[in-house]
Amino acid sequence: MRKLDADRNAGSISIEGLTRRFGAVHAVDGVSLDIRAGEFLALLGPSGSGKTTILMSIAGFEYPDEGRILLGGEDITWLPPNRRNLGMVFQRYTLFPHMSVLENIAFPLKMRGLGRAEREERARAALRTVRLDQLGERRPAQLSGGQQQRVAIARAIVYRPRVLLMDEPLSALDKNLREEMQIEIKHLQREIGITVVFVTHDQTEALTMADRVAVLDHGRLQQLGAPRELYEAPQTEFVAGFIGETNFWSGSAAAAAAPGEAVGVRLEGSGVMPALAVSRVAAGDRVRLALRPERLRILPGAAEGVPALVTEAIYAGNATTLMLEAAGGQVLRLRIPAGAGLPEAVAGEAVTLGWQAADARAFGVAP
Amino acid sequence: MSGGAPNRAGRMAVNAAAYAVTVFLLLPTLIIIPMSVGPERFLRFPPAGFSLRWYAEYFRDPDWVAATLFSLEVALLTALCATVAGTMLALALVRGRLPGRGLVELLVVGPVIVPHVALAVAMFLVFERLRLTGTLLGFTMAHTVLALPFVVFTVLAALYRFDAELERAALSCGAGRLATFRHVTLPLIAPGVVSAALFAFIISFDEPVVSFFISALDRKSLPRKMFEDIDYNISPTLAAVATMLTALTVLALLLGFVLKRAAERRAAARSG
Ligand SMILES: Nc1ncnc2c1ncn2[C@@H]1O[C@H](COP(=O)(O)OP(=O)(O)O)[C@@H](O)[C@H]1O
Ligand SMILES: [Mg+2]
Repeated sequence: MRKLDADRNAGSISIEGLTRRFGAVHAVDGVSLDIRAGEFLALLGPSGSGKTTILMSIAGFEYPDEGRILLGGEDITWLPPNRRNLGMVFQRYTLFPHMSVLENIAFPLKMRGLGRAEREERARAALRTVRLDQLGERRPAQLSGGQQQRVAIARAIVYRPRVLLMDEPLSALDKNLREEMQIEIKHLQREIGITVVFVTHDQTEALTMADRVAVLDHGRLQQLGAPRELYEAPQTEFVAGFIGETNFWSGSAAAAAAPGEAVGVRLEGSGVMPALAVSRVAAGDRVRLALRPERLRILPGAAEGVPALVTEAIYAGNATTLMLEAAGGQVLRLRIPAGAGLPEAVAGEAVTLGWQAADARAFGVAP
Repeated sequence: MSGGAPNRAGRMAVNAAAYAVTVFLLLPTLIIIPMSVGPERFLRFPPAGFSLRWYAEYFRDPDWVAATLFSLEVALLTALCATVAGTMLALALVRGRLPGRGLVELLVVGPVIVPHVALAVAMFLVFERLRLTGTLLGFTMAHTVLALPFVVFTVLAALYRFDAELERAALSCGAGRLATFRHVTLPLIAPGVVSAALFAFIISFDEPVVSFFISALDRKSLPRKMFEDIDYNISPTLAAVATMLTALTVLALLLGFVLKRAAERRAAARSG
């Protein structure tokens, strides 16, 4: 029974208090993260946020200043990379140019001492998995970018590792191919049940591919959650701004509130509007309100809300985007989905804005 | 396109000048060839006839043959030692995080900067005491020191062109450091390593200054033997030897060129 549990957890990764400094730069700053076996986890953040450093620490190419890394419960923090038995796909394919495609894929098996016949058979099977059966004899340089990255994936999974690490593997591909590969990688991951840690700076890629996304900024973990959680319930102002489109509006809390409670916010140049406190706030505390464009509504008639002027209306088929200017010069974007029968407006029109309390997230601002 | 004709004329002028300089530089070397086939007992230009007797003389003289074989032995061993040590040094300089890296670099460059005569005197003094003068070991050590900088620079250049991420890829595939070097790094820097070995061979084979000092009466290198020959009996054998030396060097360079072309063609086939 215990053995079975151990097997099931063999692909889990625990990162505990990981810190890595380069001189004065905290590339990774106290990141703790539990990745479940068989999970697809994306590390998402802007360039320089520490994604690669975290991935390389898991792979064994970087060693932390503080913290530990466990693989299937076993401490691998100081284990050399070639003894971690992880699959790795790099941004620039990194196929061995002097070997054929098949030799590339068979290389990890050769290093594990497998015989020629078994190597060949398993390499061919891996090549079939990435749908390149016919190209085994070619040299890497004779393949397109997408094909090369598929070969790199085949090489990384041919020895059936529990974990596959990928560092921006699709960023060198053009848009169509990238979207195709996203789906393919996702299918492959489900098919072989491997744990995937996937680094990307592209939020759409992270949200569409991952079971959970870890958002990083300046080496710190901002939030870990399912894509829907990140979009609907961002826990920090950074996440609210980084994931999807957001209007930010400064104001002050009209009353004290605990996290998750409704709170009135006195907006700059406007009245008090309903919101949801993300962190604990005291009456009068400065807050920042995050409002998604598609959650803003134009209220009919003389309803109570925020008066604003439509400065521009941009029609884009599936939706209309309004550029608004509220009192106090606050600029907002509002999106009206087409076909939902919602009231629209034209440029130059004066409107009244409103929203549900749950759709306006109030973040406390450090004084 | 309109600038094509004057451009071509200009290029031809530059080429002509380059060839003229080359011929001027090569002429003294080329004069050796006719001088080596003269029939008389003394070096003379132009030769009074054609004869290969001095070539035969060379092969008949055990002194010449011994010096040649000794030089070949030293050059081969030097090529081996300098290439192995130099490649390892270059790797350590590029990949390693070794402390005192600057000092190591300085030591490597040293033999290029220090005048060879000074180096030769120093080596003579040390080798005398250690009874290494006139030995294969002594010569190989001395020439390895002289050849090392060229090997290190050549391999360094190859390593800088090499994508280090491939080594990470190999490690992530489960290859150890040594296997990574053998299966990935070495095959990809091989053209550089081969050039380096040829360099080392040529540097050792016609090295005159240090060899002059650390030779012994009974064991000497070819350049030293040639120098003695000039001193004692300026015979056309010397010209014959010089001709063969030139031919050998040219052959070595051609071999290097062919090997490099082959490597490039392989690379082109990869990307073609
Ligand atoms: N080897 C290194 N030497 C110095 N600074 C580094 C090194 N690697 C990363 N950094 C710094 O650490 C920070 C995080 O880098 P990285 O993990 O590569 O970020 P990301 O992959 O999210 O773009 C950056 O500020 C980067 O400049
Ligand atoms: Mg990165």
